[in-house]
Amino acid sequence: MIAFDNVAYSYGGGELLSEVSLRLAPGSFHFLTGPSGAGKSTFLKLCYAELLPTAGRVTLFDREVRSLSRDDIARTRRRIGVVHQDVQFLDHLPLAANVTLPLTVSDRESSASDLADLLGWVGLGQMADALPPSLSGGERQRAAIARAVIIDPDVILADEPTGNVDWEMSLRLLTLLVELNRMGKTILIATHDLNLIRSAKSQVAARVLRIRNRRIQLAGADL
Amino acid sequence: MRDRVVPPSGPTAWLTTFTAATMAFLAVFALALALASGRLADRWSEGLANSATIRISAPADQMERQTQVVLELLSTTPGVASARALTDDEQRRLLEPWFGPDLPISALPIPRLVEIIEASPGYDGEGLRQRLAAEAPGAILDDHTRWRRPLTVAAERLRFLGLVSILLIIGAMAAMVTLAANAALATNAQVIKVLRLVGARDSYIARAFVRRFTLRALGGAAIGTILGMLAVLALPSADAAGGFLTGLGFQGAGWLLPLLLPPLAAVIAFAATRFAAFRKLRELT
Repeated sequence: MIAFDNVAYSYGGGELLSEVSLRLAPGSFHFLTGPSGAGKSTFLKLCYAELLPTAGRVTLFDREVRSLSRDDIARTRRRIGVVHQDVQFLDHLPLAANVTLPLTVSDRESSASDLADLLGWVGLGQMADALPPSLSGGERQRAAIARAVIIDPDVILADEPTGNVDWEMSLRLLTLLVELNRMGKTILIATHDLNLIRSAKSQVAARVLRIRNRRIQLAGADL
Repeated sequence: MRDRVVPPSGPTAWLTTFTAATMAFLAVFALALALASGRLADRWSEGLANSATIRISAPADQMERQTQVVLELLSTTPGVASARALTDDEQRRLLEPWFGPDLPISALPIPRLVEIIEASPGYDGEGLRQRLAAEAPGAILDDHTRWRRPLTVAAERLRFLGLVSILLIIGAMAAMVTLAANAALATNAQVIKVLRLVGARDSYIARAFVRRFTLRALGGAAIGTILGMLAVLALPSADAAGGFLTGLGFQGAGWLLPLLLPPLAAVIAFAATRFAAFRKLRELT
């Protein structure tokens, strides 16, 4: 599904990631951890082709990213839902329009009942008409999850999804992502919150990847 | 929905509409100038090409006889449809702009003028000059070529300038729309980032901007065209002004030509915004 073969990424003369080789299998659940600035966000951006590797091969859905045209990259991103810590919305559009944006840009439509179900699932059933600036941090994160899953992607990448919310909301967001994994979605969550990872371990068979010295390793049981 | 993904307002909206309106207003005048110049050139060219003048300079006691000789000669010249000597009143009216009314024309040694209307095909000018030299030495043929040509050339150049002005206006509008589109794309970089994240293709993003700028240009140009046509309509009429300005405006089907300006502005805005959008989107990667 997503494969890295000996990938490196350099920026401004310095190497952020080096010799990264791994595969995210369909239906798997991974955490990616490491200190701030270690390269977690860079790794995620390589996963949805916002960045291209400076060495090695990144393969998305059996196609090497360098061989993808700009349109191919857009189509590939429709198979990958992304949730950012500082999630961005179109502030002039109501929440419902923002959540359905992935369908809109691919010239597809969602039924009102499906949208209502989805917003209800993330706990935003009463906020369809709200503008994004009026949402709290937790509401924005849940809206981002709704936007990421509405197009039924194969993979969901979450970059510090609990960074701006309290612990209770963090667990709620984690539960949503675990539920999505049970529906067959491949999940990768980048986080430095080890408590969140420990909480997840009781709910799902998650593998933990750790970035250390520019390389990604499978973390031990100490987590 | 595609239009709505771009925030609805901003300075570029007003700028594009205003620019399109202004350019269309100016283009209406340039078009009127080009059409009027064309008509003027045709009128001068055709009007003067079919006529000529014979100027008879002779002592007063020989003037009538030489005039008679010239008229008889012309009546037997192939290619001359008609010929007549101008009356004293007609000659007085011709001189009136320079010498004022009540000119004592009979007391002045003014040449007699004979007007020739040319048939088709025309007469042999060189042959006629030689016959006049032989039979009426004081008669000189003036076929108007000498002063018809610079007038026609001037009118043709005026038409050319009008058309060049239209092209410059089109170019300026394309440049302004491109700048406005670039500004809008730069202002909405965050919107573009979000759209890309959720899988929007460049063509989708570009269309959202292109459609908006095209409609703004169409609306602005429609306003400018209507105002321009009203302004042309309000110009002094032929009877009131006279001279060159009599023809400045549209005639008949010519009034339909300015109506092409709004769709033309829309096409220009479409092309300029599309070009700017794709270039900017590649830069924003």
